[in-house]
Amino acid sequence: MVPLSWYVGLSSALFLIGLIGVLVRRNTLVVLLCIEIMLNAVNVNFVAFSKYQHVIDAQILVFFVITVAAAEVAIGLGIIISLFRLKGSVNIDDFNILKL
Amino acid sequence: MSFSLVNILGTMPEIYLTFFGCVILILDTMIPNEKRSWLAYFTIASLIFAMIASYGLNGKGLPLYQGLYIIDPFSNFFKMIIYIAAIITVLFSLPYLDREDIHIGEYYAFILFSTVGMMVMVSAGDLITLFLGIELMSLCFYVMVGLKKGSHRSVEASFKYFLLGAFSAAIFLFGISFLYGATGTETISGIAAFVANPGSLKPMILLGIVLTLVGFAFKISAAPFHMWTPDVYEGAPTVVTGFMSTASKIAAFGVFLRVFWVSFSADKVDWNLLIVILSILSMLVGNLVALRQTNIKRMLAYSSIGHAGYASMALLQPNRESLFALMFYVFVYMFMTLGAFGIVLMLRKSGEEGEDISDLVGLHKRHPIAAFTMLVFMFSLAGIPPFGGFLAKFYVFFAVIHAGYAWLAVVGIVFAAIGAFYYLRIVMLMYMKDPESSVVFNASSMGRIGLLLTAGMTVFLGVYPTPFVEYIKSSLAIFIP
Repeated sequence: MVPLSWYVGLSSALFLIGLIGVLVRRNTLVVLLCIEIMLNAVNVNFVAFSKYQHVIDAQILVFFVITVAAAEVAIGLGIIISLFRLKGSVNIDDFNILKL
Repeated sequence: MSFSLVNILGTMPEIYLTFFGCVILILDTMIPNEKRSWLAYFTIASLIFAMIASYGLNGKGLPLYQGLYIIDPFSNFFKMIIYIAAIITVLFSLPYLDREDIHIGEYYAFILFSTVGMMVMVSAGDLITLFLGIELMSLCFYVMVGLKKGSHRSVEASFKYFLLGAFSAAIFLFGISFLYGATGTETISGIAAFVANPGSLKPMILLGIVLTLVGFAFKISAAPFHMWTPDVYEGAPTVVTGFMSTASKIAAFGVFLRVFWVSFSADKVDWNLLIVILSILSMLVGNLVALRQTNIKRMLAYSSIGHAGYASMALLQPNRESLFALMFYVFVYMFMTLGAFGIVLMLRKSGEEGEDISDLVGLHKRHPIAAFTMLVFMFSLAGIPPFGGFLAKFYVFFAVIHAGYAWLAVVGIVFAAIGAFYYLRIVMLMYMKDPESSVVFNASSMGRIGLLLTAGMTVFLGVYPTPFVEYIKSSLAIFIP
């Protein structure tokens, strides 16, 4: 049986990849994908912990997370489309009207 | 799983509001455009209906759905605040939406759905329920912020809010996953039992606490996780900003308090330090950066960051006094902030919103009543007696001193004094100078009712708070199954 630490290592690596992607990448669609990677890292974690704790709760939670992620992508893509209509670009650096 | 009727009855207010939200979506397609205002009246009626239903449930603590959902006086109090904030928002929105040409039925449905999300948040007895509540609220807000589809600022604000909201949700979930991994349960009270005796899994618990704290700090917009706040508050339609800065923040405070006091209270020494840092940074950013703002919505955004700093000081010590202080604080905060945004959204200059601070110059000469109402809100936000904001700060500082953080209360008072400067600057500009811009104050009858309610309550809570103090004292019970 694969030890639990491997799963946690995998999910942490995925989460970090997503986190760094959100912070570094400039294309909004890629940023959206990176957020999805982060959410999927969470799912790996939940399923692995659930298996090793012998409790089913978290595997059900994973379904909720998947559903919410889908809703989030739908809204996110909608917002990106309306931004693209206004600005003709999906580059984050072009969205700079509001400043600190 | 047994399916008892008590569960359904206990969640009736939420079910009503979801149902009425769907009804609004259907009605919107059937009624003619010029009768859209009926939808606003319908929304207010359904909110009052749900409010009465919630009031009927006010009593003992009750776990519903095997402890996934908790009805207790604490959650009922927060629900009442959320209802009132939603009602006042609808009162303000009717003329505003018409003028901005975004009067659509979905807006009212989103108000109701996000209200349901906040109600689920403050009643959550389980981290799954909590997460779903947060998401239901946030998804509605992402759309509402971008409601002005033709405006670059609005859509850009919506995108920024969405990106950082989804980002913080992922971080929050990652925290939950570690808490679950260590404890094997997601119920708030189940985690509490484990946090008391973590054994060798302490690092996992700590990681979980830090990550959930980051998620909550995003939602209450406490520094250093406040970056989105000024941008989103400035870009969003002003009614939505008002609703966001009060209701969503108050709901986040409610759930923040429940999770940290019930689940993590055994580990208080560790997270107390984090909250102290969070609150000092918020007061610093909120009060100092606000000084150099020229846009009043941005200034109020920084002011709300500062207020998140004051209020989070009340989270340090889990006892009745701190609980009372926080509940009173959010109660007053709701009226004064919503009212200040209400004034801003009624100011117009040549076809657009008068949202620059220079538009307020000399308001007293043109619209004395509007200027006086703004003065009430500004004095209250600055914490000057006899307004509600003073008493709210007073209770929080006393709770902090009794919690053994006297130095933090001193820091808070110093920042409150610095913050008073920029609130009073607005009052000075309104009263001491002659008008420059051609700004007009354009209030409808419903807007006037909303302003009367917010300003009246801000004064009333400072002058004669006894009935509300009694009500809050009767709600000081967090139910732990």
